[in-house]
Amino acid sequence: MCLVGESGCGKTTTGRLLAGLIRPTSGRLLYEGKDVWQTKGADLARFRRAVQLVHQDPYASLNPTRTVFQTLSAPLYRHKKARGGRQALAAVSELLERVDLTPPDNFVSKYPHQLSGGQRQRVSIARALTVDPKVIVADEAVSMVDVSIRISLLNLLLALGREFGVTIVLITHDLAVARYFARHGRIGVMYLGRVVELAETESLVSDPAHPYSAALIAAIPEADPEITRGKKRVELRSAEIPSLLDLPPGCTFHPRCPLSEAGLCDVKIPELLAIPGHREVACHVAVRERTAEPAAATA
Amino acid sequence: MPVLSVRGLSIDYLTRRGAVHAVRDVSFELEKSETLAIIGESGSGKTTLAVGLIRLSPRGTRVATGEILYTKDGMTSDIRKLDDDDLREYRWAECAMVFQAALNSFNPVITIWEQFLDTARAHGIKDKHRVRERSAELLDLVHLDARRVLPAFPHELSGGMKQRVLIALALMLEPQMLILDEPTTALDILTQRSIIDLLRQLRQRLGFSMIFISHDLSIAAELADRMITMYAGRVVERARVEDMFYRPRHPYSLGLLRAVPRVSGALGSVASIPGSPPDLIRLPKGCSYAPRCPYAIDACREAEPPLLKVDTPEHEAACIRWQHVAEVIGSKAPLPVAEKLA
Ligand SMILES: Nc1ncnc2c1ncn2[C@@H]1O[C@H](COP(=O)(O)OP(=O)(O)OP(=O)(O)O)[C@@H](O)[C@H]1O
Ligand SMILES: Nc1ncnc2c1ncn2[C@@H]1O[C@H](COP(=O)(O)OP(=O)(O)O)[C@@H](O)[C@H]1O
Ligand code: SF4
Ligand code: SF4
Ligand SMILES: [Mg+2]
Ligand SMILES: [Mg+2]
Repeated sequence: MCLVGESGCGKTTTGRLLAGLIRPTSGRLLYEGKDVWQTKGADLARFRRAVQLVHQDPYASLNPTRTVFQTLSAPLYRHKKARGGRQALAAVSELLERVDLTPPDNFVSKYPHQLSGGQRQRVSIARALTVDPKVIVADEAVSMVDVSIRISLLNLLLALGREFGVTIVLITHDLAVARYFARHGRIGVMYLGRVVELAETESLVSDPAHPYSAALIAAIPEADPEITRGKKRVELRSAEIPSLLDLPPGCTFHPRCPLSEAGLCDVKIPELLAIPGHREVACHVAVRERTAEPAAATA
Repeated sequence: MPVLSVRGLSIDYLTRRGAVHAVRDVSFELEKSETLAIIGESGSGKTTLAVGLIRLSPRGTRVATGEILYTKDGMTSDIRKLDDDDLREYRWAECAMVFQAALNSFNPVITIWEQFLDTARAHGIKDKHRVRERSAELLDLVHLDARRVLPAFPHELSGGMKQRVLIALALMLEPQMLILDEPTTALDILTQRSIIDLLRQLRQRLGFSMIFISHDLSIAAELADRMITMYAGRVVERARVEDMFYRPRHPYSLGLLRAVPRVSGALGSVASIPGSPPDLIRLPKGCSYAPRCPYAIDACREAEPPLLKVDTPEHEAACIRWQHVAEVIGSKAPLPVAEKLA
């Protein structure tokens, strides 16, 4: 699945929560049905290995003084997956092959500055794979690099998901990338710290239920002159994004929302509720209109 | 008469390993009020070209050959031959540039008002009142509230606001030409949208010509009249925007187009371009795209293909197999790619 939203809406924070790097202020994070922050010992260690975060910025996340081999072998030793140099080298080579850095011999002794942005991303992914994760949270793994490199990284992540049964959460600004990546999955749209819509990808992009999702889809520039120049805009009432320190009452989107209803939206916080069509939405109006009419509301 | 006419421009970086041929034999023209988009992967020479056009290349750069002809009121001059005074005049009054990653290049310890003052002073405008009026006008033009923005420090502004301020600064002396390097990269969707709409409005109101450089095809789809694809420092295709998007003739343009997923319409087949751009110090013989090209044949490796006229007089591609590419695109058969979708 993919999480999308504007800068500062809380995607990275959510990713860090998922990986257990920060403790929730309230609420619970369940792994295999157990509250992660209540588990200890072996269970906790299992969770820590199972969920791996791949960082936003490949330039910042790799230690510049370590070779690829050093970066990848350290966790192998730490988790007792390799004893001795020969075993480690074999394991590192296999990891490099998995992320298409071939032949591995060309890469093992390189330092990060000797690699391109895309290659660094691959090393970051390989490092996450050292512990056989069940879930990879990839935060903006595609935002730093070029168009074509981007697709090959996404394809790599998808292939890992397929071949090794890894669940992948991709965090991105780019709805087009989210649509491509989660084409058989779901997209969650975040706004000011909350998930405002969660739906199967195609139904989200073709028929968004939340006014904010609709605004995003209408605004995104696309690589097709006819489509992009002919797009119908959703006019927001304000371009200003409220501060997380001083959230508007009721629905936090109401000062900008074209459908906002006085007396309702500015008073009552909309919960994320299931509506027909396997989706959830946090909007009073969408819930009212979509649960009233028969389920088949396709575009 | 084009505003700008670039002929046979080549720019090298002199490094210890040898000369990096970052821009090679580039020619193009820019008409009055026209918008030209230059696309290509990172490292294809876009920034080198843009910076070269206003002669701001870093030390260690050699402009090997070529002319940059600029025409105003029927007078043509070669930018490469301007003296320092004329060059300064040209840089802001005729042709202003908004740099890549400039969002971080604001001086962090001075206010936006002082940035305006500095820029004005650099061009001999000393009257503070005039600067005040002009900056209010310009900020209004880019939809910012001068009372709020002028006293602010850069870190108090969002990325989108900073980009607007940069555009306002660039318009200070009413240039005829605006060059923007990656103007929307690093901004998110709604902000990108507002910058694109702003540029469209400004162009309509002020009638300047625009060159923008981006690896993001969607901004080209939004704003460009004509497009150029660069690969390994060369122009490999030149076309009107519709021709580039719907009838590309160079395999590299086609590859770039297919690497971008869409939100509206069918998802289609998306594929990356395998491999990476060549070493610009030691370029391969023949077509520099051959190592990555799915259509390459032996003849491609013989000599670097020149730009050939294709389809219409305004469309050129540097590919000896452009007709084959046209057939493949025209037919319903699946396109050959290295990575197929599952
Ligand atoms: N360590 C921290 N201390 C205080 N505030 C923080 C911290 N980390 C993040 N924030 C704030 O929390 C909010 C959400 O930030 P987060 O990094 O999760 O956003 P994001 O959606 O990932 O944004 P982007 O798309 O720019 O990466 C922002 O307002 C941010 O300034
Ligand atoms: N100051 C420099 N010294 C040496 N090589 C450089 C310098 N700046 C850029 N290059 C090289 O020139 C080529 C073109 O770079 P650039 O113009 O920045 O491309 P783009 O803007 O298309 O990403 C690249 O191979 C890059 O590594
Ligand atoms: S709850 Fe009201 S203000 Fe919020 S998104 Fe829905 S219609 Fe708009
Ligand atoms: S000339 Fe040959 S190698 Fe070059 S782009 Fe055309 S088909 Fe490909
Ligand atoms: Mg983030
Ligand atoms: Mg550049």
